[in-house]
Amino acid sequence: MARAAVPGRLTWRVAKLAEARTETPTARTLVLDVPGWPGHLAGQHVDVRLTAEDGYTAQRSYSIAAPADGDRIELTIQAVPEGEVSPYLIDVYGTGDPVEVRGPVGGWFVWRPTSMDPVLLVAGGSGIVPLMAMIRARRAAGSRIPFRLIYSVRTPGDVYYADELRRRARDDAGLDVTYAYTREVPEGWPNPPHRIGVADVNTNGWPPALTPDCYVCGPTGFVEAVADILVALGHDPRRVRTERFGPTGG
Amino acid sequence: MIEPRMDLGPHLDGNVLAGPLREIFAMDVTAATSRCASCGAVGAVAALHVYANAPGMVARCPTCEEVVLRMVRTPDAAWLDMRGTVSLRIPM
Repeated sequence: MARAAVPGRLTWRVAKLAEARTETPTARTLVLDVPGWPGHLAGQHVDVRLTAEDGYTAQRSYSIAAPADGDRIELTIQAVPEGEVSPYLIDVYGTGDPVEVRGPVGGWFVWRPTSMDPVLLVAGGSGIVPLMAMIRARRAAGSRIPFRLIYSVRTPGDVYYADELRRRARDDAGLDVTYAYTREVPEGWPNPPHRIGVADVNTNGWPPALTPDCYVCGPTGFVEAVADILVALGHDPRRVRTERFGPTGG
Repeated sequence: MIEPRMDLGPHLDGNVLAGPLREIFAMDVTAATSRCASCGAVGAVAALHVYANAPGMVARCPTCEEVVLRMVRTPDAAWLDMRGTVSLRIPM
């Protein structure tokens, strides 16, 4: 027990699947029991390792989607076609099955409930996951810090946590949620599909004068584009934190 | 800013170094501020451009694209090459 209290080297722990939820046809949330989980901050991630019978291992990083609930953590996995790890975690990995996890890791792309500045979250596709952890952590802490989320997705069917986001946008005072659709819009939507641009960020974000903390997460091209827009609009680059999700083998 | 100056393919960022570096260091190094030995740019290790499609991970400066650090993990050792870093400021 004394060893676990020392924040020394990062070690692998065996986690088991407690339950799973389908978010979209290509994304699944895994609720893992990780005995001795030390807790984490919103925005942190874990490394997950799979080992085949012949000893071959494959390792991937996944953002944690929610605040810790005792020894339970939630990850949302997006299927990467032809990937080595994600198809297994989505289609095969079942309740009670073990998987190795180490973490939490990452101390930069994090939001702390003690922070007093307004927050802008900009998500591209599966980049919503660590940002959802921040929205949930805000709620869990009873924080009144104003949050705005701009969520770029291909189609309405690609929205993760759709029901919960609708509910939170209604019930969590000070949380605004807007969507930018790139391929297909809902019926009656006022704008045609388009890639996120200056107007979206300017209209649905915060003025730079409010010195918001900006968190941008998504595929590399999306993150570069949004970070450039924020800096061009006058946001301090040091307040624009980015996390790129990319093709690392899935 | 949208395209790297060389065609290096898609990159991730220093956030992905968090796990591999925490295997070695007791602190989270990705939240540290590094100074590039090539151009002097200062920024978070988490914001470096990381190319993971090489043997190991190569982190480049987001301003000048020079190599800041490289990390290779073998079954029995970790190689950390920090030739491109003048200093690291680690929040304590």
